[in-house]
Amino acid sequence: MSLYKRVIPCLDVDKGRVVKGKRFGDIRDVGDPLEMALKYRDEGADELIFLDITATVERRETIINVVRKIGENIDIPFTVGGGIKSIQDVHMILRSGADKISINTAAVENPKIISTLADIYGSQCVVIAIDAKKTLKTKSGYEVYTYAGKNPTGIDVLEWAKKVELLGAGEILLTSIDKDGTKEGYDLNLIKMITANANIPVIASGGAGKLNDFYLVLKHANADAVLAASIFHYNEISILEVKKYLFEKGINVRLP
Amino acid sequence: MEIAILDYGASNIYSLICAFKRLNVSVNVASNEIKLTNYNAIVLPGVGNFIKASSIINHIKDELLKVVNEGIPVLGICLGLQILFEKSEEGDGQGLGILKGKVVRFPKNVKAPHMGWNIIYPNGETILLSNIESKIWAYFAHSYYPLPENSEIIKGITHYGIMFPSVIEKENLFGTQFHPEKSGIIGRKILENFLYFIKR
Repeated sequence: MSLYKRVIPCLDVDKGRVVKGKRFGDIRDVGDPLEMALKYRDEGADELIFLDITATVERRETIINVVRKIGENIDIPFTVGGGIKSIQDVHMILRSGADKISINTAAVENPKIISTLADIYGSQCVVIAIDAKKTLKTKSGYEVYTYAGKNPTGIDVLEWAKKVELLGAGEILLTSIDKDGTKEGYDLNLIKMITANANIPVIASGGAGKLNDFYLVLKHANADAVLAASIFHYNEISILEVKKYLFEKGINVRLP
Repeated sequence: MEIAILDYGASNIYSLICAFKRLNVSVNVASNEIKLTNYNAIVLPGVGNFIKASSIINHIKDELLKVVNEGIPVLGICLGLQILFEKSEEGDGQGLGILKGKVVRFPKNVKAPHMGWNIIYPNGETILLSNIESKIWAYFAHSYYPLPENSEIIKGITHYGIMFPSVIEKENLFGTQFHPEKSGIIGRKILENFLYFIKR
């Protein structure tokens, strides 16, 4: 029997506030991280993901304060990512109550950090975020991007996914840059390609717009978890609605 | 009442401290110099690697054995439970050997780490799982699980490809393979049950 499928809201945090635009575009304030986290927990979120997009010099201090506040008050697991560069950053975040860290750019630039972190903290702490975009340049048809979707790396997404698993990643957070913010549904081909080749859980991200999008990516692309942001933030669909819908369609989910 | 949470390096102890604080319990983070028998209960927290944890924890092995023999309640969470056993497939290094048995990895055909929410089925009379009417959902994040020699100490079972022990209880020793501090309302209830046992 496989594990229960997870529904995960993603909170992009800028200078201590939750914001949302398109992840890779302009930004709007949508609320306080703790208030939103509590609301999502009560609606049945299985986990939370916070991505720090602060671009100031005080960034580390700001995000640590947010993480501590969440850690004090939230009794479900949460992951923190965004701008993590060093073991020291990871240590601070985990010590402040986070369960997992998510890294993208730092892992691409120095893949060894994955095995180092897995050795120190265990694979279950290490989420590798892969931002993927369609391309004709790589064999799988998708290319890895770093620096919040700004920097094409020339790396093949499928090759990279296999490599991070070998290095000790515990989970892959797979975002389609093409679909992110479009509400057209997840990139089923991309997600399926990775789930078919990975032995670690894959969180599908980018493109959720309607209830059926969640079902499709879980059922037909074998994602282990679904992530969404704006449709939850703007109350277009609630987490409880998603879970009830999935449950009725025969997907194993935790109903609170 | 005062509880000590043993700090052995890599563990995420902050959420555990916060979970006990939300239950109005005073917690101390204990390093190896502290006399553990002064506390009402000891908690071995749960994230990290068996080899590293065993090298650190073996420094305070004698003190922990004293705690166990004096009947002071001990709660091991995840790796904190695994370290109570003799050895682990995760690598070389001795566990505390307070419980007989070993720690094994999930078979190759299931995705590991087992990460996410799963259900615990009570097995016989249990203290930690008592007075929970609803389905017992808890949060797991692990690739290894304990296999005790004495199956009577298995008080909770979870299905994930195979069936594995998710709750262990033996006299004053308690262990959960899941993370009660991350398991919402149910996790809170399980910690309350442990506190209730301490006060008995």
